[in-house]
Amino acid sequence: MDFYTISSWFLYATFFIYLIAIAFFGMTLGNKRSENNKSKSTKLAISFTIIGFLSQLTSYIFRWLEAGHIPVSNLFEYIYFFGMMLILSFIVIHFVYGISTLGLIALPVAIVIIGYGSVFPTEVQPLVPSLQSNWLYIHVTTVGLAQAILSISFIAGLLYLIVKVNQEKRSKETTFLELIIYGVLATIGFITITTSFGLADYEATFVKTTEDGYEQEANYELPALFAPHNSELQSEGAFESGIEAPGWMQGVDAGMKLNTLTWSLLVGLLLYGIIRLLLRKRIGATLQDKFGKINPDVVDDIMYRAIAIGFPLFTLGGLIFAAIWAQQAWGRFWGWDPKEVWALVTWLFYAVFLHLRLTRGWHGKKSAWLAVIGFSLIMFNLIVINLVIAGLHSYA
Amino acid sequence: MSNKTVKCECGHVNHEGTVLCEACGKPISGNQHIDGNDQNDVLEMRYEGSARRSKTYKRTIVDKTWGFFSSVKVGVWLIVITLIASSLGTIYPQEQFKNSPLPSSQFYEEEYGLTGKIFYQLGFHNMYDSWWYIVLVALIGISIIIASIDRFVPLRRALKNQSVKRNEIFVKRQRLVSENNTLNDEDLTSLKENLKKKRYKVSEEDGHIMAEKNRFSRWGPYVNHIGLIIILLAAIFRMFDLMHTEEYVWVREGETRVLPNTNQEYYIENTEFIYEEYDSNEEEQFRVALENVENPVPKNFQTNAIIYRSTEDTITGQLPDMEEVTRGQIRLNQPLTFDGFALYQAGTQLESEYRTIGFDLENDEETLGSFEFDTDEAPYSFELEDGLEVEVDNYFPELEFTDNGPSSFSKFPRNPGIIFSIENPETTNVERFFYLQEDVISLSDDNELNLSVSDIDRRSASGISITRDYTLPIFGLGAAIFMIGVVQGLYWYHRRIWIHPTESSYHIGVHTNKNWFGMKKELEEITKDTNVQSFHDQQELK
Ligand code: HEM
Repeated sequence: MDFYTISSWFLYATFFIYLIAIAFFGMTLGNKRSENNKSKSTKLAISFTIIGFLSQLTSYIFRWLEAGHIPVSNLFEYIYFFGMMLILSFIVIHFVYGISTLGLIALPVAIVIIGYGSVFPTEVQPLVPSLQSNWLYIHVTTVGLAQAILSISFIAGLLYLIVKVNQEKRSKETTFLELIIYGVLATIGFITITTSFGLADYEATFVKTTEDGYEQEANYELPALFAPHNSELQSEGAFESGIEAPGWMQGVDAGMKLNTLTWSLLVGLLLYGIIRLLLRKRIGATLQDKFGKINPDVVDDIMYRAIAIGFPLFTLGGLIFAAIWAQQAWGRFWGWDPKEVWALVTWLFYAVFLHLRLTRGWHGKKSAWLAVIGFSLIMFNLIVINLVIAGLHSYA
Repeated sequence: MSNKTVKCECGHVNHEGTVLCEACGKPISGNQHIDGNDQNDVLEMRYEGSARRSKTYKRTIVDKTWGFFSSVKVGVWLIVITLIASSLGTIYPQEQFKNSPLPSSQFYEEEYGLTGKIFYQLGFHNMYDSWWYIVLVALIGISIIIASIDRFVPLRRALKNQSVKRNEIFVKRQRLVSENNTLNDEDLTSLKENLKKKRYKVSEEDGHIMAEKNRFSRWGPYVNHIGLIIILLAAIFRMFDLMHTEEYVWVREGETRVLPNTNQEYYIENTEFIYEEYDSNEEEQFRVALENVENPVPKNFQTNAIIYRSTEDTITGQLPDMEEVTRGQIRLNQPLTFDGFALYQAGTQLESEYRTIGFDLENDEETLGSFEFDTDEAPYSFELEDGLEVEVDNYFPELEFTDNGPSSFSKFPRNPGIIFSIENPETTNVERFFYLQEDVISLSDDNELNLSVSDIDRRSASGISITRDYTLPIFGLGAAIFMIGVVQGLYWYHRRIWIHPTESSYHIGVHTNKNWFGMKKELEEITKDTNVQSFHDQQELK
């Protein structure tokens, strides 16, 4: 057996172990807070989390051995690392604060994130010359860790909101909360649908003729709700809705991305609808009933502490180390490319968070909403900038 | 500015606009609205109730400008606007990345339609060096400076002037209080001991006790803002050639060229250009990935270079006498540095030029000779064996056909075209041949000689960027100071505990500038085994 196969098996195992951990965390619901830390289910839950983490770490190390470089050089590897750091941060937070309901948010979020990453090409890739630098590893690993720690503030914030938003009547807050949950469901939708059609080897090829007469191919791995603009279906028997992506979506893959996005949103909607029908009330309201009480000061403290640690680390990794690497590779430490700009945007956003908190007293719910926005910026950077912006344009 | 003062009943003379007496902390009547203390039970301790210029003087334009920039609300808005603008700039590529021969005025509209046109017309295609973006950043800089001075100066004075003996109101209106404690001497001794164990500095005056620690963490934000200002200054310096230059030069293999931003002082010779690709036979683990992509994956771009320095005045177009300064390999991620300059591997034109083209000449029976056309020398004729002469009628380094016949697009031998004429020794006819695109065609129908290409040697050109940047250490300094300030402000907390005796009992007031959760835990340890009653949090989250 080669290292790559071993690595894959450990990754599958990791998923299952995390699922078991979630089940045990679920069993802690309804306990009194004081009993929870000592309860058997909490102990089992955190033990399985740690075993899962070790399994993931093992998988990661085997991948490293196979590739000969730290696996942080493509989207799959980065997301994988990020998810692993998220679990690590959660484990640390658990031993400091011991809030077991946090696990019920942290673990599912981490699983969805790692699952999302696995949709991208997972084979070991060689490093192009610009990536052959130790500063790159230092930069990417620090950013991964920093973003994971910043995400802990989102997880704490989400817990805060689930417990604290008034669910008695509909409001903007309840709607936004449902939107966040829907976002998670749509991501699950994305993972499910791409994996299932992937297993079925579905493929439909479209040929698009560009204005200057070149022919470009787009390979759809999902049935086409939206064909590329100005294109023709090549594969026989493949599904075609007859709708084309709008004309301003020029890139050959733009239609495909729109298609995938639409599929994910639709499946997410379906999932949400089914759950809503079964529960007969807002998902947020159900979660609130189940999660019971928390100590708001403690959760607020986690939210802040995560940013207090994540912000300097992000500054170091996302701006300073990134600049050192760029200086070494290209002789310019800053070049305003979209990834750099988004690192700056994220950094400025968390600076705003700290200012509002320190000088204007934004605590509790306000902080929690900010933590949610911060996380969506990180995800936007990870997903949209990497896939859409960098893909629509020619600088990947 | 006037110099009115306010004298507190404790005898301390405070500046106009003071909210809480610097010495005893008693609220100064008439000023409580400034920090909103008139509406809250808990005193606003952010700036110790010190007299800030921005809150005190609001009459003249200077006052108003100062007030505007020192407001955190304004600062945060400036940051938010910058943040939103910056992200909008990433919707479509910036002009420098657009990668298209079309001028921007057409590119954005043709490529992205109406939204692209709007993007262009708003000037977002050049956002980050547009005047308004620079102004935004400058406003943030001004805001940081003014806000910091506005707070730092009075805050420092207030912390210096604070006395151990505080006013009772001050103590009772802290966020964490424990009132009416009956404490005996034993309690007080063990409290003081516990405080010292927790590294508090404990001072006493007339039975009043103050314990304080980590005051330096209050300076964290000011330190980190100084770091930011240094970075902004470095960015300004970087606009001047004296501090920063960046140039680009293409050097062919075997060629020596002047480095453009060195005052004709330094020269670079490209001795060899190396390009390597990944090979799935050698690196088995990448096989799948390599088979999944259409193009080969590059592994190394490298220029082997020698750097010279001229030892005499230069005459344009001629190489001066030179001495070697250094030699080495320039790779991506491995610049070559010398005398404050750094050379980066920045571009490649792989085998894009023809160095030599070899030819064979024969007639029906035998080989008549061979010769090699060197594009650098571009000779007018060749002498073969037996006195046979080959004339070069025309040489087009980069051949193109226009309405007036063949001509050359540039002087670089990227697509050479050569017209030869050769006198056939047997017939004495002059026969003409046209070399183009690695092939030879006869220009007359009755040519009896046969000219063919025997071998071709191409060369690569290497794009080298040369920078000299004296601002790097300044940026580094700014970044380091920023990090120190952030850590200083985020990981230590300024904590104070006042034990205030009254006639019959003790009040205890506690303040920390952040992390109340940790403060409460610490208080538990400090008051352990004493008669101090539990503390009441007057501002707990509900
Ligand atoms: C990129 C811009 C900025 C960054 C990264 C930044 C960073 C920081 C940080 C990390 C803190 C400490 C927060 C804490 O300890 O929780 C802070 C505090 C502060 N910042 Fe900024 N800042 C920036 C711009 C500004 C601007 C424009 C203003 C102008 C109003 C400002 C005013 C302040 C003030 C007043 C404090 C609190 C000081 C105190 O209360 O003791 N900052 N800043």
